[in-house]
Amino acid sequence: MGEEVKLIGSIQSLFSFRIEWALKLKGVEYEYIKEDVRNKSPLIFKYNPVHKKVPVLVHGGKSLPESLVILEYIDETWKNCPLLPEDPSQRAMARFWAKYADEKCLIAVWQAYMAEGEEKEKAMGPALESLAFLEKEIKGKKFFGGEKIGFLDLAVGWIPHWLNVLEEVGSMKLLDAEKFPSLHEWAENFIQISPIKECIPPREELVSYFHSALIYLRSLSANKP
Amino acid sequence: MADEIVLLSTWPSMFGMRVRVALAEKGLKYEYREEDLWNKSPLLLMMNPVHKKIPVLIHNGKPISESMIIVEYIDEVWNHKSPLLPTDPYQRAQARFWADYVDKKLYDIGKKIIWSTKGEEQETGKKEFIECLKLLEGELGDNPYFGGENFGFVDVSLVTFSGWFHTYESYGNLSIETECPKLVAWTKRCLEKESVSSSLADPHKIHDFASEVRKRLGIE
Repeated sequence: MGEEVKLIGSIQSLFSFRIEWALKLKGVEYEYIKEDVRNKSPLIFKYNPVHKKVPVLVHGGKSLPESLVILEYIDETWKNCPLLPEDPSQRAMARFWAKYADEKCLIAVWQAYMAEGEEKEKAMGPALESLAFLEKEIKGKKFFGGEKIGFLDLAVGWIPHWLNVLEEVGSMKLLDAEKFPSLHEWAENFIQISPIKECIPPREELVSYFHSALIYLRSLSANKP
Repeated sequence: MADEIVLLSTWPSMFGMRVRVALAEKGLKYEYREEDLWNKSPLLLMMNPVHKKIPVLIHNGKPISESMIIVEYIDEVWNHKSPLLPTDPYQRAQARFWADYVDKKLYDIGKKIIWSTKGEEQETGKKEFIECLKLLEGELGDNPYFGGENFGFVDVSLVTFSGWFHTYESYGNLSIETECPKLVAWTKRCLEKESVSSSLADPHKIHDFASEVRKRLGIE
């Protein structure tokens, strides 16, 4: 496969990093095109006119947005180091939990991060509930993919690093080692694996970004009628 | 050993219908169990403890949830007949992207038209809904199906919404045929397939159902 691979991503985007991890795991050479999500370039509008977001994979000139769709494409195109299992019911489970993590867990964590005062405790409820489901799923396993990291590990790979930052900036504690021992252990193991450990955004960058994002988002909701 | 396939669903659900279409495309026999969403069965709660939603496919005792994940599972297991996803990875990715777009956008926007009590929200919903359908119509282009020459994954994801078009039109005071004639032509083409016509619920019954739910919610 000699065609050129480009990844349009951003240092703040947890979705972008999934793709970098997958490409690095498979040993795929790629050009990284850095986007600033706060100041999007015309490139994003050209390559992802529907959602206008990162990441976008461009392979041989053909563009592909939506991180979970991109992960499956990468897995099908470069067959070494498979991310999804072979068994269809296990594949369905991996897809189910990845979707759950994005649509429920991440959203719940985000709402909790944004909430203030009395609302925060209430907002933490769904986030804790969703972490409990993931705890159950990882129990007894080293990684979600089994002995090696796979599709679901990459999909929830935001937990070790990004969740930690959101907790700090959002003044909350969600991933408690006592409440979620298996998930906590998985998080510690995950960030030790190459290429993950060499490909993690600088913490200060994330803290600064999420701090200013919080101020901005709260001001938006304060101005809502 | 014969496969045991059970589908938990509700008759008006466009998500449940997707699974029915996929099973019919593959010529599979299954047991259908109608759920009462106001009084969910212990089986549903056991088989989908995370979301407690339909549809759930139970294949030889193993549950699979989330309609397009179920459709992809069906396509992978029974891959000898009527493939729903193409073989080329880029085309597969495109199909997954558009099915994901239908999932992320159409249902939630459509809810604003049928279940909203606020006029402004409904007006926004109408506008966004038509924009979505037009984008999808553009993606269809001059092809007979989203899958190209053959009925495929994206067709399954979207065609089941067509049973609800009459309901969206009625409550939204809009004409989908006027706004998106090619898309409506595509729905008629799909309905010529036995797998689709036998799986979709009657649009007028769906409208009556929506009316009942609106009364129950106190918005009609």
